[in-house]
Amino acid sequence: MMDTNIDLTLSALKHIHNMTESVYTSKQLIDKTIKNLHLQDSKLNAYITILDEYAFERSIAMDEKINRGEELPLAGVPIAVKDMLAFKGYPTTAGSRTLENFIPTFNSTVVEKLINAGAVIIGKTSCDEFAMGSSNEHAFTGPVHNPWNLDCVPGGSSGGSAATVAARGVPLSVGTDTGGSIRQPASFNGIYGLKPTYGRVSRYGVVAFASSLEQVGPMAYNIHDLALLLSVIAGHDPKDSTTLNEVVPDYHTSLDQGIKGMKIAVPDNIYDGANKIMQSKINAALEIFKNNGAEITEGISIPSWESALPAYYLIAPSEASANLSRYDGFRYGQSSVEYSDLWQRLENTRGLGFGKEVKRRILLGTYALSAGYYDQYYKKALKLRTMIKNDFKKIFNDYDFIMTPTTPAPAFKIGERITNPLEMYMSDYYTLPINIAGNPAISIPCGFIDDLPVGLQIIGKDLEEQKLLQCAAVYEKETTWNQEIPSF
Amino acid sequence: MKKIQPVIGLEVHVQLNTRSKMFCSCSRDYFNSEPNTKVCPVCLGMPGVLPVINKKAVNLTILTGLAFDCSISPISSFARKNYPYPDLVKGYQISQFEEPLCIGGKISFMLNNEISEVSLERIHLEEDTARLIHNNSTVQDSSLMDINRSGVPLMEVVSDPDMHSADQAIGYLKKLRQTLRYIDVSDADMEKGSFRCDANISVRYEGDKTLGNKVEVKNMNSFRSIHRAIETEIERQSKMLNAGEEIVQETRGFVDAKGITVSQRSKEQAHDYRYFPEPDLPPLFNSDLTISNLKTSLKELPNIKSKRFEKQYGLLSEESELLASTKQTADNFEESVKEYQKLLKNNTEIELAKTVANWYMGDIAKQLNQISPDAELQDTQVSPRHISELLQLIHKKQITVSSAKVVLEKMFNNEGTPSNIVDQEGLGQLNNTDAIIEIILNVIKNNEKAIRDYNSGKTSALGYLVGQVMKETRGRIDANEASQLLIKKISEKK
Repeated sequence: MMDTNIDLTLSALKHIHNMTESVYTSKQLIDKTIKNLHLQDSKLNAYITILDEYAFERSIAMDEKINRGEELPLAGVPIAVKDMLAFKGYPTTAGSRTLENFIPTFNSTVVEKLINAGAVIIGKTSCDEFAMGSSNEHAFTGPVHNPWNLDCVPGGSSGGSAATVAARGVPLSVGTDTGGSIRQPASFNGIYGLKPTYGRVSRYGVVAFASSLEQVGPMAYNIHDLALLLSVIAGHDPKDSTTLNEVVPDYHTSLDQGIKGMKIAVPDNIYDGANKIMQSKINAALEIFKNNGAEITEGISIPSWESALPAYYLIAPSEASANLSRYDGFRYGQSSVEYSDLWQRLENTRGLGFGKEVKRRILLGTYALSAGYYDQYYKKALKLRTMIKNDFKKIFNDYDFIMTPTTPAPAFKIGERITNPLEMYMSDYYTLPINIAGNPAISIPCGFIDDLPVGLQIIGKDLEEQKLLQCAAVYEKETTWNQEIPSF
Repeated sequence: MKKIQPVIGLEVHVQLNTRSKMFCSCSRDYFNSEPNTKVCPVCLGMPGVLPVINKKAVNLTILTGLAFDCSISPISSFARKNYPYPDLVKGYQISQFEEPLCIGGKISFMLNNEISEVSLERIHLEEDTARLIHNNSTVQDSSLMDINRSGVPLMEVVSDPDMHSADQAIGYLKKLRQTLRYIDVSDADMEKGSFRCDANISVRYEGDKTLGNKVEVKNMNSFRSIHRAIETEIERQSKMLNAGEEIVQETRGFVDAKGITVSQRSKEQAHDYRYFPEPDLPPLFNSDLTISNLKTSLKELPNIKSKRFEKQYGLLSEESELLASTKQTADNFEESVKEYQKLLKNNTEIELAKTVANWYMGDIAKQLNQISPDAELQDTQVSPRHISELLQLIHKKQITVSSAKVVLEKMFNNEGTPSNIVDQEGLGQLNNTDAIIEIILNVIKNNEKAIRDYNSGKTSALGYLVGQVMKETRGRIDANEASQLLIKKISEKK
């Protein structure tokens, strides 16, 4: 059949069904996807690398598997992977000039799982340099544009992964979330994004930014696709000692259990500093959950919420300052050729390789860990972290979910906040505490403000991703926000 | 003038006898390997890789702690020690800081016939760095990197500032090394770099309560150079103290060729390591069960073994200590006794052990020494059973003691088993009296002067005559028997 008849706005599950039924082949799907991606990317700049040749060859191999009747959960489906995840034999840059020419000799565990599941990795998406940022303006390949309004940021740091899914370039993508880096761009782009429980998904081979906070997670425009992708990438990994040794449920096959009798907590402080229209969007969403049998309690106090931002901006930069010291240019990556001695070579290499935001955070972290300041800053931040965790635990003794907006406002203009880091950091006000606590959280599209999508954040108990997805599935049934497609 | 008291604390880095590295599955054994062949993304410090704790290394560290009466932390954790240097591939070393595996403890040893006890601060676990090779002939103006060593399990044993002389420091180090080898924790070989020592040295006037500014001395690669470095540094600081000069806290390197220490890094240039908990590794929970299991697996330590040898084999304490000085010697000795007992069931263990001990401390030690100061039977073709065979031949009068020494030498030259050598060389003891008497009579006939001397009361002449008999028989006759026969035949001739 003509590949032009393939509808690229279908869900991954629908594509899988069609390929299994031989309506079209993976090669045809990939062919069309890649052509479309190149067209889209001239406007979005969502990819650092598009893997044309690899994807073609891979799709042919997947077609053989499909023909043989092999059952692979993602056989032949195109997927985009954030450039923070190592992919053997292909550039993995983390959005940084430092790693511009870095080609890993190993796969990250998540990439390995995607390959084993039959997925076709079609490209590596742009992100803020080393995932540090909330706007995807800090990639060495330039800013990514929001498909809903090309003058706006897609959010970050997983901006490329969010923008390409929203644009229906691919049905699935993988992002990483250290302080909101999956949920905030998901919200800005009107798609789903889930940050799993800390330890649910392996971090092996994910370029490290803040090890104790980050998780790899799925992004999609369909809740069943999102659940399917989570089933594929989650699980214990002997290579990552921080992964949890817990069974991974088949998330996507049990999404229709509803939310009857489940309890939703709405914090009292959630509209502080938020866009005025946001409240009505959230209330409309809450109404739907209520109509489906959930109990809603508003005005819940989470006193430590306000501490999350300062705690985050001590813990994350501290860990980053150590995680990024390996980029000395001696074994791989960019290396300055002008130097008079060892130390100057190091300085020049790092000075040229790192962008402003990365340098800012390395400095902040180095300072916070320095002798005489450690107790005052880092140790205190760890105490705050314990407080935040305890507050969340307490609430989840009585409730199944906490709901908040994902972001205070929809996407902002490119360049608007780049000179004001504090304002930029505030866009993660709702998402940061969840990384500090370690709980799972999802952002689901819940409407538009000024023609730009906004999201609702649902936070769950540790390891209860299943419930989050069920809750989102209830909402998806009753709304059409996820079916809105940007034209650009 | 007031008397000066030197104060010494030692930090010893020990590479552990594991199969794989500390945080990855690469082989730990890089000695004699091509550079950069025992590496993987983890020990190369590639982006995104994560460490996984080597449990064997943890257990060996706990075992060492148990051997030195440390308290084992129920919860222990790793920390990142940050400093930039090309030999540190991640820019930080995974080490332990606030929660080491072992705390306290002590090392006891003999010093000038008295027991010396040095208290320990801690024993912790970390990873070794890569090796930088400077001034290599193949590349000029640059250094080479060998990453094979990166990530090798490294245990650091930190003493309290509890020693006061170079001799005491060496005694401490020797006891530490002996124990580590005994319990198979490490081969603790300074030449191979699996046992490395830095010394913290300060001086003060005797009776002073506070410690002087300490100087860390590095770059010592043998016990001899450690001893020299400590003495040199004590002398340097003592002179300064007496002259009223300020001793600055710094790191100094020992220059072996010149026998001096030179400043490497001042206190101001010292690293701020910015330790913080390693987020990639959950804490270690060392259960009572794990610890008690390790305790039961703890092998007999040298001083306990030596005491047992005294009791079980009726040996003198010096003899026991010598035989128990290395685990291999002790094991070889015991196996020889056991084998010897199998061959000679009617003798008591104490009787047999005495003979075996004498051979091990005497001729066997001499043979091994010719190979190297650290050589053991395992480095040769000779087994403990061969030794008992040899001793049995003596016992059964099939060879003489002097022949046995010849046989032993040939055994060490790989010439075969004891009986083979005896057969090949015709070294069997002469027990045929007629043949012996003929040789004796010949010696008497050919040495008239000696016989005259003997008869005139010069008993020393007898020794000469015995020697002649031994020479004629190539030592195949028992010297006592030769002597008795000579006396008898000479008196018959008178």
